[in-house]
Amino acid sequence: MHPALQGLITIIIGVGGCVGYFFFSNYLLDKFLLPARAMTAEQTALRRSLGTIFLFAVPALLVLALYVTAIGVGSIASAGGMFWLLVAVGLIFGLWRLKDFVFASGPTTAGHNISHANMIRPWLFLAPAILALGLYLTYPVFETLRLSLVQRNGGVGFGNYTFMFGEQKFWEAMRNNMLWLIVVPAMSTVFGLLAAQLTDRISWGSIAKMMIFMPMAISMVGASVIWKLIYESRPVDVEQIGILNAVWVAMGGEPQQWLTLPVWNNFFLMIVLVWIQTGFAMVILSAALRGIPEETVEAAIVDGANPFQIFFKIKVPQIMPTIVVVWTTITLVVLKVFDIVFTMTNGQWGTQVLANYMYDKLFRANDWGTGSAAAMIIMLLVTPILVWNVRNARKEMR
Amino acid sequence: MAGLNLTNVAKSYGDVDVLKDINLDIEAGELIVFVGPSGCGKSTLLRMIAGLEKITAGELQIDGLVVNDVPPAQRGIAMVFQSYALYPHMTVRDNMAFALKLAKLSKQEIDDAVNKAADILQLTPYLDRLPKALSGGQRQRVAIGRCIVRDPKVFLFDEPLSNLDAALRVATRLEIAQLKESMPDRTMIYVTHDQVEAMTLATRIVVLANKGISQVGTPLDLYERPENEFVAQFIGSPAMNLFPGEITETGEQTRIALEGGHGSILSAYPSTEADKGGKVNVGIRPEDLQLTDDAENSFTGTVNVQENLGEVTLLFFNPDKEGVDPVIAKLPGIHRGLKGETLNLTANPGKVHVFMDGKSMLYR
Repeated sequence: MHPALQGLITIIIGVGGCVGYFFFSNYLLDKFLLPARAMTAEQTALRRSLGTIFLFAVPALLVLALYVTAIGVGSIASAGGMFWLLVAVGLIFGLWRLKDFVFASGPTTAGHNISHANMIRPWLFLAPAILALGLYLTYPVFETLRLSLVQRNGGVGFGNYTFMFGEQKFWEAMRNNMLWLIVVPAMSTVFGLLAAQLTDRISWGSIAKMMIFMPMAISMVGASVIWKLIYESRPVDVEQIGILNAVWVAMGGEPQQWLTLPVWNNFFLMIVLVWIQTGFAMVILSAALRGIPEETVEAAIVDGANPFQIFFKIKVPQIMPTIVVVWTTITLVVLKVFDIVFTMTNGQWGTQVLANYMYDKLFRANDWGTGSAAAMIIMLLVTPILVWNVRNARKEMR
Repeated sequence: MAGLNLTNVAKSYGDVDVLKDINLDIEAGELIVFVGPSGCGKSTLLRMIAGLEKITAGELQIDGLVVNDVPPAQRGIAMVFQSYALYPHMTVRDNMAFALKLAKLSKQEIDDAVNKAADILQLTPYLDRLPKALSGGQRQRVAIGRCIVRDPKVFLFDEPLSNLDAALRVATRLEIAQLKESMPDRTMIYVTHDQVEAMTLATRIVVLANKGISQVGTPLDLYERPENEFVAQFIGSPAMNLFPGEITETGEQTRIALEGGHGSILSAYPSTEADKGGKVNVGIRPEDLQLTDDAENSFTGTVNVQENLGEVTLLFFNPDKEGVDPVIAKLPGIHRGLKGETLNLTANPGKVHVFMDGKSMLYR
């Protein structure tokens, strides 16, 4: 089958599935489980017994059958068997409670049914997302933690971590990550703020904004390829195809292998991310700048502030919360930076970063333990910033 | 201390004229109020004086110096904005001190000025709060305090009370009046669309309409001797009644026959022989209309709506034809059961205004 057709079918199934789930879960809830009408005691008793069969007994038997086939009665005494047994019992207990919640005893009013349906509805809608996130996000976190603690020799401990901390390449990655952490968010935010302020005051500002925002639409790998061409080098006697070398040679320099110059090459990589993230910072900050009441600026003019004072003492403090959110958001991107380093230098010549180090260990060296340990370190660094960022964003919204 | 002179001042955005030929002399120490319907350019004129809008033609002098191209901060003015425009990230103290800090005054001088202003405005307990922790009235006072500390020659107020509720508006109006009294040599210019504010605060009122000045005068001048129909109807509430008519007798006093067989009425406005037969509009304020038994020389009409306010009774008379504003009479005290009655109304000749072609006959 043609790949485009496959893609189209995937989209149709996906979107159709979402719509269908929305429609049928509502239908089930409002027509069968909790119809919006009053019921007498006899009616509820009948519904209760039916419910015990269909909402409790059948699913509970299914869970049990699943347990028996997947785990087997024989391994019930092992740690895994015990764990899954607990899960199954928990599920069955949950079904029992759900049945009690949905099918009340005694006469009920329409209002009782509607309010109970509305309590179940959000969970029903969230269920697929919770399941998917649990499977693809929460479970891997714990699995990675487990892998990072399992050593080569099969023992459990911090051996992977001590091995990693002893590696020179890890500390190089740490150092570079810190460098990225300082330079990229700062530069992106500053450039974004400048672009936002300056493009607001010129007639072709929206075109300029579009141009600055455009790199956001390019994938990191695409951007890396573009910049690799910019840093491209040719021998002295050949015409330079990389623009940086072309300019450099025109100014009388020797052509350089920019990406192999130690320490500097880190900054050449950072420029790529700054180039991408400036657009993001600009768009958010430009909206924030427009939200500043014009009259406060006019009051500052009357008070005798010059344009710089207006910008730094009136405008910037008023959008400080937004600047912080932009800064931390970019910080999160930076902590996870992988694609740029992977495509441009692959961590050679002293440009290693944590994410690429993790990739090297996990998928090149097949060293699951050390790779997972590196992943845990990245998560440890990201989590506090992420929590802070979410808090700030919430405060912004209020 | 500082007077303002506006000579042929104009404002246009491209081809669109907003204001033109504004000529106005403001004496030092006056409280001038700009009033006018919305969109008449009163705020624009104030912002031109402040230096926030460019003056496209003419000349503005403050204290005898042409300031057309002088930046706002050096004009010796301070402005209170409609939304107060407090800096939200600064405390009350910093809000008031901002201009002084920019002017590089010493810390001692700044503290003295801020404390003094806070004292006058009863803001001392709030000096370390942020604006968001203040009530509307307090924010308003901080905005005024921000002006006072700079000790400007001219205070500019852009509808400062429009964001306050009714009770607070009256209280703050009084405070502004007291503030003016405590600084008799400071000039103040105040923009409002509320004629009560204009009448109570102003030394002189400037009525703006049709891109220019309609009339300048003391509040009572505008009330008693309006120069044209616009001012006559703009000042006073409910608006002045206008009756079309024709001059029948001229001399020291003028007699006008009202159109539609409503009888005739006598005005204290003088007229000349040449005016006889001229089409005019007679203007009588609702509060000047009195009930009379004389069916001959009076306005006769049927009460359509009656509004009892206790202190006064408002009567709305059936209009002569569609699309004409009803005649309104405001009678002192309580009058019950006048709805549907046919009544005769007259007025003291001294209170009867006569307008020919929209202009008052007094000012010919």
